[in-house]
Amino acid sequence: MSDTRTLVNPAQLNRTLYRAALILVVVAFTLAFLGPLYLLVTGGLKGTTESIQTPPTFYPHHIEASNYSDAWSRLNIAHLLLNTLWYAFGALAFQLVLDVAAAYSLSKLRPALGNAILGLMLATLMIPAMVLVVPQYLTVLDLPLIHQNLLNSPWAIWLPSVANAFNIYLLKRFFDSVPQELLDSAAIDGAGPLRTLLSIVLPMSRPIIGVVSIFALVNVWKDFLWPLLAEPDPTRQTLNAGIYSLSLGVPENVLIAASAISAVPTVIFFLIFQRSIMSGLTAGSLKG
Amino acid sequence: MAVVTASSGTDAPPAAAAAGRAGTLRRSVQRNLTAHGFLIGAVLCFACFQWYPMVREVIMSFQKAKAGRTTWVGLHNLDQIVHDPSFWPAWRNTAEFTGLALLFGFALPFVTAVVMNELRHARGYLRILVYLPVMLPPVSSLLLFKYLYNPEYGPIDRSLQLLHLPTSGWLQSPDMAMLAVVIASTWMNMGSATLIYLAALQNIPGELYEAAELDGAGLLRRVWHVTIPQTRLVLSLMLMLQIVATMQVFVEPFILTNGGQGVEGSTTTVVYLIYQYAFNFSNYGAACALGLLLLLVLAAFSVIYVRLNRRLES
Repeated sequence: MSDTRTLVNPAQLNRTLYRAALILVVVAFTLAFLGPLYLLVTGGLKGTTESIQTPPTFYPHHIEASNYSDAWSRLNIAHLLLNTLWYAFGALAFQLVLDVAAAYSLSKLRPALGNAILGLMLATLMIPAMVLVVPQYLTVLDLPLIHQNLLNSPWAIWLPSVANAFNIYLLKRFFDSVPQELLDSAAIDGAGPLRTLLSIVLPMSRPIIGVVSIFALVNVWKDFLWPLLAEPDPTRQTLNAGIYSLSLGVPENVLIAASAISAVPTVIFFLIFQRSIMSGLTAGSLKG
Repeated sequence: MAVVTASSGTDAPPAAAAAGRAGTLRRSVQRNLTAHGFLIGAVLCFACFQWYPMVREVIMSFQKAKAGRTTWVGLHNLDQIVHDPSFWPAWRNTAEFTGLALLFGFALPFVTAVVMNELRHARGYLRILVYLPVMLPPVSSLLLFKYLYNPEYGPIDRSLQLLHLPTSGWLQSPDMAMLAVVIASTWMNMGSATLIYLAALQNIPGELYEAAELDGAGLLRRVWHVTIPQTRLVLSLMLMLQIVATMQVFVEPFILTNGGQGVEGSTTTVVYLIYQYAFNFSNYGAACALGLLLLLVLAAFSVIYVRLNRRLES
């Protein structure tokens, strides 16, 4: 890719000019995107007097690491972190089992009314998420037919996450490309639909399963309003909602330290999986 | 299948044909049962958390709930929300946010992607940098920006003071609050658009630029006549998605300004108002009516988009 011709003709490009532009861009990007993160980490290290003094210090002169331990215990971050992990991996498990099964059924088993059901699922993509928050919240309060209240239970996060038309669409598109002859020959060998799914379709679908898994985890991790509403008990909230709920009366530098801590897991996750996250992003959106 | 073709032959006894047909039917029913069995879990989740709430949204916007009892009130909810003094300001703020967010959030990622596409070094590093904020928990980023914008000890105003430049109080100032919210929002979200544009730019055949250059097109004309037309589909799709997404803005004003309380509600958006009706005043009818109104406006945008796109295609 790097050798293809772009906007500027490489033959005409002055080398020093290119170098200067490169350095300028790298410095500007670093300042713009890492700068605020630097202030986040160091802001949490400053003591109370230092964080409000004039002129501002650009690095903490007296490192107060106690802000971080203070934030960790006052906002109960270990607990919030465990909640988030529990919700995120639970949602991932539910989405993988139910959405993969549904996409496989729609793609390969082709049930009666399958296309109508897929159409109804895809139609939900047209409806702005925020419009449905109120009736969804009331549904969680009193589940239709079985009249269960899911408030403050992990089910309130897990089950709605399954109703994700985008996942089903991505999976179905991928399953469609698995050749039918493979499935037919498996059927002749006596494999039932479940066996075929597990031993033929899934092993071939690893890339898309990876993309869907990452989206599933990131979505729960980044969501704010839904966990705030569905888990009103602060001890059951996710990091995102919990830090907000518990932030009242907490000094600013402790709060900044808490924000810095809560950003660490996602940054590590991103650095490990950045290649698949970024390719999943373009794969998912350009095919829409 | 083989049974059916054999039994349809003239010399097959009628009883065998009937048995064959019954067998096919049984197998078809069984096949369908298995298929629906695989589907049922997801369908139930959709029914509970998407389809039923959708129907309920419409029904509830014509109802009032009081002490556990619901009564039909017709257009009363609509009447109530339209006459709420926050109604028009909320739409105006939403439009302002959408406009500003498009100005920054639409143009900036495109320019960034074009610049990144020209560089032959450090591209991997730059890609990681722009996408990093997208991965952060939004509340972390927003609490950080709240601290940066703080008029008393926030680094932004402090630095401006140091340079003897005018400070503005950002979130405390009715004029600047929305701009401050948009800047934070753009920083948090521009990474995904940038990477999508970058992928689109990499698919432009280099010969097009060469041909344009031979025709004597300068840099800006190459952008105008090659880059933009070649990425038009992605650009228009992203424009549409961003209009729909930014009109639903909630977290940013909620965390940064609590809807602009203290600065005359200068960042109260439509979704913020829905939240207030539902969760501060327990007025679910009004919340749903306003939600339905937002849905109609966004649907109108989608229709306009599809029409324009079709005209551009032909």
